[in-house]
Amino acid sequence: MSATVFERSRPGRRAFSPPPLEVPPVDPAQLIEDRLLRRAPPALPELSEPQIVRHYVRLSKLNYDLDSGIYPLGSCTMKHNPRLHERLAALPGNARLHPLQDARRAQGALELMWRLERALAEIAGLPHVSLQPSAGSQGELAGVLLSRAYHAERGQERPLVLIPEAAHGTNPATVAMAGLRPLTIKSDAEGMVDVADLEAKVSEQVACLMLTNPNTLGIFERRIAQIAEIIHGVGAILYYDGANLNAILGHARPGDMGFDIVHFNLHKTFTQPHGGGGPGSGPIAVSERIEPYLMVPRVTRGEDGAFALDYDQPRSIGRLRSFHGNYGTFVRAYAYICSLGAAGLKDVAEAAVLNANYLLARLSDARVAQLLPLAYGKLCMHELVLSGAPLRRELKVKTLDLAKRLLDHGVHPPTIYFPLLVEEALMTAPTETETKETIDELADAIIAVLDEARSEPELLRSAPHTTPVGRLDEARAVREPVLRYRPEQSAAQAQRAADG
Amino acid sequence: MSDSAAAEHYPDDLLYHPEHDWARIEDGEATLGITWYAQDTLGEVVFYEPPALGTQLRQGEMYAEIESVKAVAEVLAPLSGEIIAVNETLGQDPGPINADPYGAGWLVRIRLADEGEREALMDAESYRALLAGGGASSA
Repeated sequence: MSATVFERSRPGRRAFSPPPLEVPPVDPAQLIEDRLLRRAPPALPELSEPQIVRHYVRLSKLNYDLDSGIYPLGSCTMKHNPRLHERLAALPGNARLHPLQDARRAQGALELMWRLERALAEIAGLPHVSLQPSAGSQGELAGVLLSRAYHAERGQERPLVLIPEAAHGTNPATVAMAGLRPLTIKSDAEGMVDVADLEAKVSEQVACLMLTNPNTLGIFERRIAQIAEIIHGVGAILYYDGANLNAILGHARPGDMGFDIVHFNLHKTFTQPHGGGGPGSGPIAVSERIEPYLMVPRVTRGEDGAFALDYDQPRSIGRLRSFHGNYGTFVRAYAYICSLGAAGLKDVAEAAVLNANYLLARLSDARVAQLLPLAYGKLCMHELVLSGAPLRRELKVKTLDLAKRLLDHGVHPPTIYFPLLVEEALMTAPTETETKETIDELADAIIAVLDEARSEPELLRSAPHTTPVGRLDEARAVREPVLRYRPEQSAAQAQRAADG
Repeated sequence: MSDSAAAEHYPDDLLYHPEHDWARIEDGEATLGITWYAQDTLGEVVFYEPPALGTQLRQGEMYAEIESVKAVAEVLAPLSGEIIAVNETLGQDPGPINADPYGAGWLVRIRLADEGEREALMDAESYRALLAGGGASSA
């Protein structure tokens, strides 16, 4: 690997030389408490501007990204991010607005938030929205905290949250973080919620059921009305994890299915650069009975048409984060909704489901299905989950090996080993923004790698061969994480790597 | 890189639970661990916290968790009994779970509550047949 910015650093080298001060300098000691003052300057790297630019451009060229090719992760909805959205988000009125700006001078931004809330309410089929949560997982946390507040006001402490086997790992993590206990509901033979198991486990101890529909297997929970009745029958809340909303956008509304709380992943369904830890956005929509507990501030519109932020909500669970959420994501999502309109959003879901089923049809080819069959059912919604169990059993090649070899074919591999109930899982969602030709390339690459698995399995087991780094030691990365650059440690590691 | 150098094998002197756990029964006690298939499915183990001495295990119920690069898996007890010894060193270095699943990678030893429970377990031949038949669920 190339040298770090610290290793390239030379004392006194600068990228920018500011002009001399035009005001008298002030000693920091006069302005800042002694205990907060630094004793020594921070050890920042010292480089020229071309060095910095070349360093990061070189690193960026080693990366694979959605702007270079298909990124067919399952459950991540890696759709194209229209450049128009970036232009709008970069307008000074959006990008340079200070979060402490007086509401009277931020009317445009507040109106955008208000209008986005109305649009999301319409899409969810639920009347009230908070844009505050800034990740899908934070939207989940909001949902569980709201459920808890709802029951608490009724004098009930309900310690359990029901979570289907196919759920995202964030669901049980959220529940634990909210101080409640997750209880797993089994899947039936079709990959849907096992209603008998649900009935056996539901009780007045249950705060809510967290459900993704379609679920992570890409299967629509057809018995959702019955599930809603069972949950509401014990006074519990039905929570919709919006990870897979792309599949039903404009066609079905979670509110109409009986859900009380819905979270959106604006960064998935409504286009945002994501996947690199970039700003997420997990707004929630709620029913009338949950509304009093929503986070503050709420965006309001007065009778005179003026927008304001309302903090005066005595039953609210309070704040989940500073300020108003990730505003830039609101601009992009609102631009997307306005660009497509209601009919366009319906097309999104149709094309996403059609693309996934086209890919599934290509992969139903006997050469694939023998080794990598569809885990459940015959059709899918917006994503599909294949099982590499026969591949492993017959050729001693794992899904991990297949995924690594796909890198050599120039394709970013799908999600692997999730959901956990599928052995040797491979999960993929091509999204609506990929062309038939690109989906064909993905299918061709998977078919080619399986042919290699038959003729030369070692090629897969030792892949990748053409990437900037070979197969990484993931176990050591977890056992001995190196989270900070330290010159001595770095030198010792380089030595060990050279010896090893 | 790889600790998991062990070749696939299922010793004949062990009994097996269909969720990929093994037991070695000797004089009213049993040593427990996970099978080669289980560790191979999990991939390299990164964390394992040994359970406490004295814990009562119930056949078919979880008694520990193993975290690998892929997932956190529950370890089920193939037999019931009280834990009388744990493999403490795995808490520091879980590598032997991959490298030597039937030897240095043993997890706990228990005093058996009911020797008759062994009837519910499989011998090596049946367990190999289970794996070959594709009826194996993930660990």
